[in-house]
Amino acid sequence: MLKILIGRILTTIPALIGVVVVSFLLTRVLPGDTAAYFAGPAATPQAIEEVRKKLGLDRPLPEQFASYVRDLSHGNLGQSLTTGQPVLSDIKARLPASAELTLFGLVLSLLIAVPLGIVAAVRQGSMIDHACRAIVTAGVSLPVFFTGLLLVYVFYFILQISPAPLGRLDVFASAPAEITGFYLLDSLLARDGATFRASFSQLLLPGVTLAIFALAPIARITRASMLSVLSMDFVRTARASGLSRRKVIMTYAFRNALLPVVTTLGMVFSFLLGANVLVEKVFAWPGIGSYAVEALIASDFAPVQGFVLAMAILYIVLNLLIDLSYRLIDPRMRASS
Amino acid sequence: MDRRKFIKTAGAAAAVSATGVSAPAIVTSAMAQSRAETLLIVSESGPNNLDIHGVGTNVPGYEVSWNCYDRLISHEMKTGENGAPYYDREKFKPELAEDMNVGANSVTFKLRKDATFHDGAPVTARDVKWSLDRAVSVGGFPTFQMKAGSLEKPEQFVVVDDHTVRIDFLRPDKLTIPDLAVIVPCVINSELVKKNATAQDPWGLEYTKQNTAGSGAYKVTKWTPGTEVVFERNEAWKCGKMPAIPRIIWRMVPSAGNRRALLERGDADISYDLPNKDFVELKSNPKLSIISTPYSNGVQYLGMNVKKPPFDNPKVRQAVAYALPYQKIMDAALYGLSKPLFGASAAATTQPSWPQAHKYNVDLAKARALLAEAGLADGFETTLSFDLGFAGVNEPVCVLIQESLAQIGIKTTINKVPGANWRTELNKKEMPLFTNVFSGWLDYPEYFFFWCYDGQNSVFNTMSYQNPEMDKLIASARSSAAAGNKAAYDKSVEGFVDLAYTDMPRIPLFQPYVNVAMQKNITGYQYWFHRRLDYRALVKA
Repeated sequence: MLKILIGRILTTIPALIGVVVVSFLLTRVLPGDTAAYFAGPAATPQAIEEVRKKLGLDRPLPEQFASYVRDLSHGNLGQSLTTGQPVLSDIKARLPASAELTLFGLVLSLLIAVPLGIVAAVRQGSMIDHACRAIVTAGVSLPVFFTGLLLVYVFYFILQISPAPLGRLDVFASAPAEITGFYLLDSLLARDGATFRASFSQLLLPGVTLAIFALAPIARITRASMLSVLSMDFVRTARASGLSRRKVIMTYAFRNALLPVVTTLGMVFSFLLGANVLVEKVFAWPGIGSYAVEALIASDFAPVQGFVLAMAILYIVLNLLIDLSYRLIDPRMRASS
Repeated sequence: MDRRKFIKTAGAAAAVSATGVSAPAIVTSAMAQSRAETLLIVSESGPNNLDIHGVGTNVPGYEVSWNCYDRLISHEMKTGENGAPYYDREKFKPELAEDMNVGANSVTFKLRKDATFHDGAPVTARDVKWSLDRAVSVGGFPTFQMKAGSLEKPEQFVVVDDHTVRIDFLRPDKLTIPDLAVIVPCVINSELVKKNATAQDPWGLEYTKQNTAGSGAYKVTKWTPGTEVVFERNEAWKCGKMPAIPRIIWRMVPSAGNRRALLERGDADISYDLPNKDFVELKSNPKLSIISTPYSNGVQYLGMNVKKPPFDNPKVRQAVAYALPYQKIMDAALYGLSKPLFGASAAATTQPSWPQAHKYNVDLAKARALLAEAGLADGFETTLSFDLGFAGVNEPVCVLIQESLAQIGIKTTINKVPGANWRTELNKKEMPLFTNVFSGWLDYPEYFFFWCYDGQNSVFNTMSYQNPEMDKLIASARSSAAAGNKAAYDKSVEGFVDLAYTDMPRIPLFQPYVNVAMQKNITGYQYWFHRRLDYRALVKA
């Protein structure tokens, strides 16, 4: 097991090197002049040159790349000009916010989509199957920023049951002591019910926005995969042996249908991180997506490179976890290695 | 899982979310208390640096500096055209200084003896000198701004004794005193910052980027970049009337729609960067007050590159000026929230002030005749560029201009330049036709013209306009202002305004408004030359 793990990690190294080089080059190719932007509206050409020199942007590209790699090997991702902070501490502060939101949205959509997919497959052609199709089509056709604004309009502005879309916590509430960076977990660990409720209610609307978007692929894959498994011989045998309906569907069929669902889950998680950017904008969520977009608008290189790198590492870890989970779900995978 | 069980689980999930949603309705009395004592500001973006002397400090950062640091002097208030408080360009009031004595070659300030920095250290003349030395030495924007008032060398700032500072003039300049009342010459706790300075960073810019080290009415107690800034009142503030609001929370809310929703629901107290359309609609909301004030010394204009044909011909430029849809721009792009700079009557005389309306009105026949005189009866093709960072206003303005110019045969292609690229493009001075805004902190016509029309061809002379006659008029306005010769000054100002409107290298479109929306219980908003909020005057009832 350990050997496989190490082997897998080693294969990710070329991918990481590629990400470092490409993200560096891409940010330099972007139009826009960082120095002119940050020298401000009143800058003279001399002032812009001064800023350029201070930022080290006057040096040739290979030299800039060498110093970038040197810094990187010391764990230094550079300075963000838009927030004025080291990129590493920005990412550390913001990644948990994005991760909490994405995971919450994913779990929420799993809770709805998987049962929905199973029921739709078991009762193919029934009302629930049609409802499932309608819901997922609607979910995937609505862009997230639109769903987000709509939810804010209905639940905050009109019905007034949702808190103000002001990020992770109400302005007057204070954040729980940081352990994991996930407010829900941290407030539970601190046994602080009020903060838990406050952060949960802030998380609900953006989480639902993401969940609606993620419903479609999960529900559709669950349904398709269940349908194919249900028509297999072993299911018929199980039924014929007089096993209970529940046992046939959940223990025999669903477990076998799970592999494609888990694979899809990995993909859904990645594109939820992408969709996050817009949701974070709408809900003033202090996450990593809105951070990267703001940096991109200002052609602020360091945060963009840091963001791409962090995302690459995240995807690699995610894929690793999914591969490992295959072994747990399917004993044949264990045997084959 | 059968249908009944499925529905049951779904019901349970719904119940969980219902309890979560109702939670914020329970507001404790302590929370209500702190709400009453806290001002919640929402805006699109926040500071990237708490110190205006920093490298690349953005405009929201200026607001922090203004409220957390004191200057030697500041401005009195008067009532503006719209009835709201407006800074008085002519009247100065002491802030850290208790007395100002202007001589022929220098100005002497006596400092308050009771003023202290946030850490309790007394404010001394050495701090003042160190801070002014820093402003003229760090380079970039602060040094540039100091230069605008002939404040250029550390030798100009002299410590006379612990509480007396003298500033020597390099040359007579009417802008020296006003330039000491802008945001840049703020007084910094020199001992504290020196303790945190390093060999590579002798002015301690890294420390002041993250911490406020001033004597001002507020101090930053928490700053989460890109998310929020929290200010607490400095209870020991001596340089003015104690501010009414103990705590300010400034939250960044990127979505304009949500900023508006927060205001309308009464959750946010103030917001000032909403689209014009929202401000117009909010004006009819009885729960909010909206204050609109024209930018002082600010103009959005259509610039033409006079170094390149066909705009090197004044007749072409005048033809364009006769073909712009000024009123349509006011109505459709700005929703009326701007001051018109067109439509002066033919008989109107030029005033010694700036900005003022020109006499060009839409007259397509005249525009065509002028083009024909320039030998371009069939028109020509060109590109019209704008800054995407301000697309909300720029895009409709450019589309309207494009439509209108097409009627006299000028075909334009619209070129949208990303915000990060705009300054680079402007600095190249190659765009033939573009719209842009210039506004100066120092509200003097000769200041505007020196930067925008003078033959030294500064960054702001985006048209590359050079005319010796113009330079002579600007120079004479500056020298007669320094000498206090009002008659000669007025004559020069009227002269350069007339020349600018005859030669028309740039066509003023309108004077933009600063719009601020706030709850009815918030009062005391003041318009300042820097157009940011002054928390010290705000009151929450």
